Amino acid sequence: MKTRRGWFIAACLLPGLAMYLLFKVYPAVQVFQKSLYLWTGVADKPKFIGLQNFRDMFHDDAFLLSVRNTGLLMLVVPVVTLLIALVNASILTQSKLRERGFYRTVFFFPSILSFVVIAILWSFIYHPTMGFVNSGLEMLGLGDWALPWLGDQRTVLWALAVTLVWQAAGYYMVMYMAGIDSISPDLYEAASIDGATAFQKFFHITVPMLWEIIRVTIIFSINGVLTISFVLVAVMTAGGPDRHSEVVMTYLYGQAFTNSNFGYAMAIGVFIFVVSILLAFISNRLTQRGSH
Amino acid sequence: MAGYSVSPASPASPTSLAQPRKPGFSFGRLLLRIFLIVQALAVVYPILWNVLASFKTNEEVMESPWSLPTSLQWDNYSRAFKAARIGDYMFNSAFVVILSIAILLLAAMPTAYVLGRMRFRGRAFLTNFYMAGLFIGSVYIIVPLFILMNQMHMLDSRFWLSAVYATGTLPFAVYLMTGFMKAIPHDFEEAAMIDGCGYFGTLFKVILPMTRPAIITLFVFSFFDFWNEYVLAMTLITDDAKKTVPIGLSNLMQIQQFATDWGSLFAALVIVLIPTVIVYGLLQKKLTEGMMMGGVKG
Repeated sequence: MKTRRGWFIAACLLPGLAMYLLFKVYPAVQVFQKSLYLWTGVADKPKFIGLQNFRDMFHDDAFLLSVRNTGLLMLVVPVVTLLIALVNASILTQSKLRERGFYRTVFFFPSILSFVVIAILWSFIYHPTMGFVNSGLEMLGLGDWALPWLGDQRTVLWALAVTLVWQAAGYYMVMYMAGIDSISPDLYEAASIDGATAFQKFFHITVPMLWEIIRVTIIFSINGVLTISFVLVAVMTAGGPDRHSEVVMTYLYGQAFTNSNFGYAMAIGVFIFVVSILLAFISNRLTQRGSH
Repeated sequence: MAGYSVSPASPASPTSLAQPRKPGFSFGRLLLRIFLIVQALAVVYPILWNVLASFKTNEEVMESPWSLPTSLQWDNYSRAFKAARIGDYMFNSAFVVILSIAILLLAAMPTAYVLGRMRFRGRAFLTNFYMAGLFIGSVYIIVPLFILMNQMHMLDSRFWLSAVYATGTLPFAVYLMTGFMKAIPHDFEEAAMIDGCGYFGTLFKVILPMTRPAIITLFVFSFFDFWNEYVLAMTLITDDAKKTVPIGLSNLMQIQQFATDWGSLFAALVIVLIPTVIVYGLLQKKLTEGMMMGGVKG
């Protein structure tokens, strides 16, 4: 009986564990180890160079620019996305509009679209001549404001940021809506009787009651920016113009698969890994203090 | 920011909630509706524009993005299928998605069952070991993964791509399922044992049917994850005949830039959109329910 139980446990664990070790744990360990090597090609033998890759990183202007771009996106996009999501969620739950189901469906829709479809769609939206941003501006008599949004160093990052917000706001809205639904209606009613405005209810009931969910979504959203910005940049701009839309992930990818700089790419991988764990930790800490 | 009509901190909207139940006309409500309609347009218009463009000639596409097609160019769609081979990409994607979900369930369910319901040495360690995997993103490990698969001759294989996809979601699946498994009362197993069910019989005949809601959640999540996946597919598959939809589309965009066949590119986008819309329509409720289970309660 005892051994049969043991065999059963082993048989259940084995397939998952084998896959996990081979395709996830082993590569993750390799990243740390090989980040200490100079390694320039699949066939080459890696040569140990200690922390040189990490030293190079901080003298690599293109890398530093990609860190700055990624940082800006991770700072701005989650804040804007989650604010829109929160405002929409409270409107659609609090005001008893008959058509709220319709808006819920419509706003959620972009989150089910393939990232590549979104990337292609938005590269046409921003297209200097075919795109409807510029031709819309012209129709409104604001033709002077027309820009090659993805081709201009000043606007490219913010153009990508808008696409990121467009993609995700509805997703978080649905999360918040479910959260608000689980708040006792008595709270809102009592507040109404006391003469609270919707504005006050938003800040004194909705936000505090949702705080745990908001914390989770902040971390989700930062992660989402990392993942989706890779696809958007790869398809829409290839990091251009002049690296002004390069993000850390695309830079890592280019170092590995365009420049065959495997060791250096893995050092960047270690950097991303450490920073994203730090970020999760910091945002967790910061939001904890505000907890009610 | 032009062309994007959503303003995050529109002061009108929250304050205008003040009298939501007042009958008849209310100025606040009107502002609220305008606020929502503008946003809805910002979401719907790009998609509508895409559908319209898929019926236009190239000249029409380049002329004005606001005009309607003069006649419907169904030809764009047949070119998307024939020349751009969007049908092949969709087949590859469907194949990879189904296989990945099958592998994921086969690996995750027994693992979660054992971790969630049986006591043995190393259980706590294994649970944490899988949790750690939640922090390992796919771009982060892409270089060593590529080299490993190159050495083991696993590149250019839809099967191994599926195995990698399944592994990518495994930590999340184990995490979700273990929690779900723990909530099932132990009486069910005792009863099954008395009825002569073995360990495997109990797992497959008694426990698995009870975890259906969690399986559906996992199914919906992984469907969209795998269908959308870009980085791994781009790196691990080079044979054009085995490429999935995201890679096929991004190649197509690069090709059409020189061939200026915009019509068939837009048609391809619409073709790809259709199954997503169908799945969304069928599973909308499950999807949003699943988001609650998977995301927030964690």
